[in-house]
Amino acid sequence: MLCSSAVLLTVSACGSGGDSNASGGDENTITWWHNSNNEPGRGYYEQVAEDFEAANPGVNVEVEAVAHEDMVDRLEAAFQSGDLPDVYMERGGGELADHVEAGLVRNLSEDAAEEIEKLGGNVAGWQVDGETYALPFSVGVVGFWYNTALFEEAGITEAPATMAELSAAIEQLKAAGITPISVGAGDKWPAGHYWYYTALRACGQDVLEDSVTSLDFSDPCFVQAGEALQDLIETEPFNPGFLTTPAQEGATSASGLLATEQVAMELAGHWEPGVMQGLTEDNEGLGENTGWFPFPAIEGGEGDPEAQLGGGDAWAVSQNAPDTAVDLVKYLLSDEVQQGFAENDMGLPTNPAATDSVSDPALAQLLEVRDAAPYIQLYFDTAFGASVGGAMNDAIALMFAGQASPEDIVDATQQAADQEK
Amino acid sequence: MTRVTAAPASTDPGAAVTRGADAPRVTGRRRNTLRRQRLEILLFVTPALALMAIFVVYPVFSAARMSFYRWKGFGPMVDFVGLQNYLRVLADDVFTDAVVHNFTIVFASILVQLPLGLALALLLNRRIKARGLLRTIIFVPYVLAEVIAGVVWFQLLQPRTGLLERMLSSVGIPVPEQGFLGTPDLALATVFVVLTWKYLGLAVLLFLAGLQGVPDELHEAAQLDGASWWQVQRRIAVPLIAPTIRTWIFLSMIGSLQLFDMVWILTGGGPANATTTMATYLISQGTQRSNYGIAGAASVVLFLIGFAMAVAYQFLVLRRDTKADA
Repeated sequence: MLCSSAVLLTVSACGSGGDSNASGGDENTITWWHNSNNEPGRGYYEQVAEDFEAANPGVNVEVEAVAHEDMVDRLEAAFQSGDLPDVYMERGGGELADHVEAGLVRNLSEDAAEEIEKLGGNVAGWQVDGETYALPFSVGVVGFWYNTALFEEAGITEAPATMAELSAAIEQLKAAGITPISVGAGDKWPAGHYWYYTALRACGQDVLEDSVTSLDFSDPCFVQAGEALQDLIETEPFNPGFLTTPAQEGATSASGLLATEQVAMELAGHWEPGVMQGLTEDNEGLGENTGWFPFPAIEGGEGDPEAQLGGGDAWAVSQNAPDTAVDLVKYLLSDEVQQGFAENDMGLPTNPAATDSVSDPALAQLLEVRDAAPYIQLYFDTAFGASVGGAMNDAIALMFAGQASPEDIVDATQQAADQEK
Repeated sequence: MTRVTAAPASTDPGAAVTRGADAPRVTGRRRNTLRRQRLEILLFVTPALALMAIFVVYPVFSAARMSFYRWKGFGPMVDFVGLQNYLRVLADDVFTDAVVHNFTIVFASILVQLPLGLALALLLNRRIKARGLLRTIIFVPYVLAEVIAGVVWFQLLQPRTGLLERMLSSVGIPVPEQGFLGTPDLALATVFVVLTWKYLGLAVLLFLAGLQGVPDELHEAAQLDGASWWQVQRRIAVPLIAPTIRTWIFLSMIGSLQLFDMVWILTGGGPANATTTMATYLISQGTQRSNYGIAGAASVVLFLIGFAMAVAYQFLVLRRDTKADA
């Protein structure tokens, strides 16, 4: 009892802190929450807010930079109370659809038609029934980050392009005494990404698009995805204790193991170089040994091997925000701001005008892959929403523990999906 | 209180006449003290009651209400589903396994920590060298913050690189391939070992306090009668601290049912749901998946189990102690 009331106390303290800053009906004050609470991002966004204020006399932008996890918690509380900041971040998919259904998010389709046109396919993850509710400012893709020096040591000359080649590489690494892959299966979603990718390679685009809306997973390609993953797991490529390994926290996490050269590769998103830099003492991460290759193709799979799994962050405007909040979001997606965003290596910009401004070579390579992809599949757990996504991730994590069959993953996902209908 | 309420009837005979129509009549000054005392009580009790209402009573009722709805955590609560959430919770293997894990910890604590704690308490009650130091060592883990202790053990138990594994393998003891926390069959036992390390200190402290309340004369008398040290402990010391032991069992039981922090840090409920508890199930369904209805139903089940066990224990076991006092 004591403990739980202490938790509630802090939550309520957070909540009341948010109240004073959230939209209070003042038409000329815009509250904006973002998660770039470290330099250079923090300072850059402060500058952006000042520039916007200068261009729109009388408008006051209240910026709140909050660490990512704290922002997620505060947003959760804000959604519950309905007292939202005017401009905030949406991750898209089922979560956004729920917010739309509850009438919390503003439809931007008409007000920002020009920007939506410019962003092209990137906005797909933030559309509900053809209407756009948020503008993505950074969209990344997931792939294998690897240590080029360790690959060389094991005698691997070319990045694996098929699952068979990946298995061969795993054997070579093991023979050289190197642990091939780290995975943060303790957090479940990193394990989930493997199945998402095998499904992306096994299933055609139409099947996947259909399943996201109909929540029907009866197509045999989903079982095929599980079989491909099971084959990979059976080669025992993962770090010892991977079932409880966290994704990114500390040197013993999956990212930490790659950063400290304990393993040769890890499946992760565009955030990985930044995370690894934070986990090494010299803030270099793998430095110039950083390599990246896309998830390999599955033999006989219907999916396009060029299609990528990804996701990102978008600026959304809450339903009751003043109209100037929409202007701020449009400004945030302008050529000028996106270029600055890219120059500061804050993510993978979505505005094509900013493509050339990305300076980090690893991110520049990813951007190329992303823009060459016929389509980007939003992370399944985000696309299906937390409830179905959570059940799916649980079942996938069980397969990593050798306790679920390919059919079990499909059944568990379908069962959770049926509860949503 | 009794002094004040008894006063009017005895000192003011006239009051009896009008009592039916009015409140007990008291003289002006008495009425003032009475009112003042009531105000004082009100003043001192209100903040506590208000906190209790806001942070305990209201959440309990709101969780109960949530459990009858399908609700994502925002927007109006309108999708009434009756008992469906309860059916889903009770049919969910992860939840029933979690209940089994909770009860495993409840019984393992009593079966292992009780004898161990008692033995250590009896030992530390003797006049041995460095007794104060030993008592401190035993008690320190209990004082450590749970999260800090959890993180330390998490690092010690890391496969390959963790200190514990390196120590064991350097003396030739085989360690599991996936580490102690990563092997589904060993994870719960490992968590229990850490919990025992953490909470043994409390048991020893309570038992020691109990033992110090055993009068020296009894020891002396028994020794005069020729009883050995063992006989004195078994026949005199332990029976006399039985009420303390019963209280400790109660605390341990409730703590085991609410188990969360240590599990969350060490395994997060994994691997393969091998260490889930009812509380980790609540978090994973509620805050992580926004199935607040399911989480509400699970929390009501947890509350009922805890409540039923507390009441049963009170009636069947602890009543003896309260009776003995009266």
